[in-house]
Amino acid sequence: MAETMTNGSSQTYVGTRTIRPDGADKVTGRARFGADFNLPGQLIGRVLRSPHPHARIVSIDTSKAEALPGVKAVITRADFADQSSEFIPAGEMMMNYKDVVRNVMAREKALYEGHAVAAVAATSAAIARRALKLIEVKYEVLPHVIDVVEAMQPNAPLLHDDLFTVGVEPKPEKPSNIAKRVEIKQGDVEAGFKKADLVIEREFKTAPVHQGYIEPHAALASVSEDGSTELWCTTQGHFIVRAHCARLLGLDIGKVRVTASEIGGGFGGKTVVYLEPLAIALSKKAKRPVKMVMSREEVFKASGPTSGATVRVKLGATKDGKFVAAFAELKYQAGAFQGSPVQPGVMCAFAPYDIEHVHVIGYDVVSNRPKVAAYRAPGAPISEYAVESVVDEIAKKLEIDPIDLRMQNAAHEGTKAAYGPKFGPVGLEETLNAIKKTEHWNAPLRKWQGRGVASGFWFNIGGETCASLTVNEDGTISLMAGTPDIGGLRASLAAVAADELGVPYDKVRPIIGDTGSVGFNFLTGGSRSAFSGSMAIVEAAKQIKAELCARACKLWEATPDQVEFSGGSVRPLGALAEKIKPMSVADFAKVAGKTGGPIGGVGRINAQGAGPSFGTHLVDLEVDPETGRVTVLRYTVAQDAGRALHPAYVEGQFQGGAVQGIGWALNEEYIYGDDGKLQNAGFLDYRMPVASDVPMIDAILVEVANPKHPYGVRGVGETPIVPPLGAIANAMESATGIRFTELPMSPPKVLKALKDKGLSRA
Amino acid sequence: MARVVLVGNLAQLTGGVAEFDLSATSVKQLFQQLGELHPALARHLEDGIAVAIDGQIFQDALLEPIGPDSEVFLLPQIAGGSTST
Repeated sequence: MAETMTNGSSQTYVGTRTIRPDGADKVTGRARFGADFNLPGQLIGRVLRSPHPHARIVSIDTSKAEALPGVKAVITRADFADQSSEFIPAGEMMMNYKDVVRNVMAREKALYEGHAVAAVAATSAAIARRALKLIEVKYEVLPHVIDVVEAMQPNAPLLHDDLFTVGVEPKPEKPSNIAKRVEIKQGDVEAGFKKADLVIEREFKTAPVHQGYIEPHAALASVSEDGSTELWCTTQGHFIVRAHCARLLGLDIGKVRVTASEIGGGFGGKTVVYLEPLAIALSKKAKRPVKMVMSREEVFKASGPTSGATVRVKLGATKDGKFVAAFAELKYQAGAFQGSPVQPGVMCAFAPYDIEHVHVIGYDVVSNRPKVAAYRAPGAPISEYAVESVVDEIAKKLEIDPIDLRMQNAAHEGTKAAYGPKFGPVGLEETLNAIKKTEHWNAPLRKWQGRGVASGFWFNIGGETCASLTVNEDGTISLMAGTPDIGGLRASLAAVAADELGVPYDKVRPIIGDTGSVGFNFLTGGSRSAFSGSMAIVEAAKQIKAELCARACKLWEATPDQVEFSGGSVRPLGALAEKIKPMSVADFAKVAGKTGGPIGGVGRINAQGAGPSFGTHLVDLEVDPETGRVTVLRYTVAQDAGRALHPAYVEGQFQGGAVQGIGWALNEEYIYGDDGKLQNAGFLDYRMPVASDVPMIDAILVEVANPKHPYGVRGVGETPIVPPLGAIANAMESATGIRFTELPMSPPKVLKALKDKGLSRA
Repeated sequence: MARVVLVGNLAQLTGGVAEFDLSATSVKQLFQQLGELHPALARHLEDGIAVAIDGQIFQDALLEPIGPDSEVFLLPQIAGGSTST
């Protein structure tokens, strides 16, 4: 199971549970999150938001607000130039600048309740709030649509009269809310289904959910008279924030410096901009720093949730359990602007399995909700939930053990993925074996208790990455990365640097540099930051080792073949070893100035070779037949991490993904009234799991090395949210005999289903 | 000749042709040859496309070499989950 690679360096710290470099500041309250930054003379910014889910903005009169003492700036759509249609990466999604400028500040129409319409900066929060009430907006209220299927109907209220469905032939003559149709196809699905002895077809529905990060969006901007702009914000990608703000406000990228704060959760939701361009625009106008922080209600109503969806799955198998054909149709909400994660949903749906004939169709559909943002393995949990539910049903019908059925059909090295290429070494079979070997798998269950299993897949990515290592005067190492640390990046990179240079871990100090201090980095997302960051650190260390060897040659009057770097020192070889002592990194630091100057290295890469990750989850739960409440009793995750740089952080990713999936499966949902307004925009009514709701999540690290990474690393952050939805739905069927096809399986829905079957004692 | 397969909606831009045999030795050459064969495809190759060469996915890697017997898939870029194509 644990096949790992080495990189020619001794691994003292990689793979161990080193002390977290950010731990002391976080447990003592010293760590600075987005809302903790302040500047002298700063103003407070607030946003006026649309009360309507869909309305034309006839006029905006800000004169009374501007006249209020203490108000220093007011901005509206007039302060943002329109943008041409151009798609850009936003996390694991794509967004169009024409839409981005309309999302940060409504132009022709307000497209969801909470859509920003104007913003003010004032000397106090109270004055800012008063000013918002003085802004007069005339709306022409329009009919709205929330549900994805309703939004696809020909007579549905139209959000954009210039949106014509892409991906259909002939090209439509009329606009609609269907932005795009995508598909993947291999083999002959109809012929495949004819070979099946059993075909199961089911339709599933999932509710829209929010990423639920504890820390709200926050930004502090300061624009100087010469246009130089500084911004502090909570984000998963400060280089991307810089690019977006520069583009939206017509600034030179080089004049914008963005510092990422510590981050209190993001999960994909902090890969886009909301407050940041507003704070800059207000600061520029007011000529003073402007601080903006969203309320929890604003986070729910105006920042990116993920899609609600409808998924139809049809899967055919022979009587001995071989999957022969698969079809799925996915309809995903994009929110107010196109760009749902339906494409990865399509590509991931059947990725865990080796199936000859596959056809998956997806629709990207706009509706009057906030524009969706990435959420951990965007799109995959929804489609794989539906597929894993049908796989479970096939196992029951054919009376095959569900793990054995998955094993029989599991993707492995050489399997042609449904989306085209063949997999390299992957660890799905290893995760299935690991789960089957657990004591958990065979533990007894009581009445009203059920057990479910499901597998999941995510691609993982690399991307542009820059990180530096500097040898300080005393031999300690400064490590600078440029991707915000949301899951253990600093600890992981410090371990790699310590092992590469042969220095003690506690002599490496990792920080996240601002956009002016380190070269360009794509954002933290796609499970890429530890994967690609560690590759950049290896590259930076390589430069340092080469430099030290070169200096040793000069000092010792040796040739390159007479020296080598090993064990943290440059060592003389052969006869030279008898008369010269090795020099450590710290030894070179002492004479750096006399031997050529400061010593350092910078890794600048576009990391390729990200290895996909598979996981398998096992869950036990109990259903209360009187209330419909579901209690998760026991949960085990097995996932292929390639190589866990820092096992505790990797286990934390597994556990966090599982808990978020539990919330998605059992309780979380955006609840809209008939008026199109969100009714549960707060943590009291939007029910996320808390510590007392879940058991300890047992984590099993499976390590099938990624041959394209110097340490064998695979991204680990996203795969763990994929299997929980299916695993819990399968456990619910095991406990009740009812196949739940709609998420969340919240107490009212469960109770109703039990009553309909005559199973409830209530 | 490398075997090149278009995944998903890209084949709509080539009149339904999804498979090609091309002599490209790099991703840059591959895009160039495909663009010359099907001009409607050219603009979509500039962004939002990932290239899988012999099972290994590359993104934004114009200089990546392609072997004479390579199997190449063009698919939506993973980071850009919902591609512009």
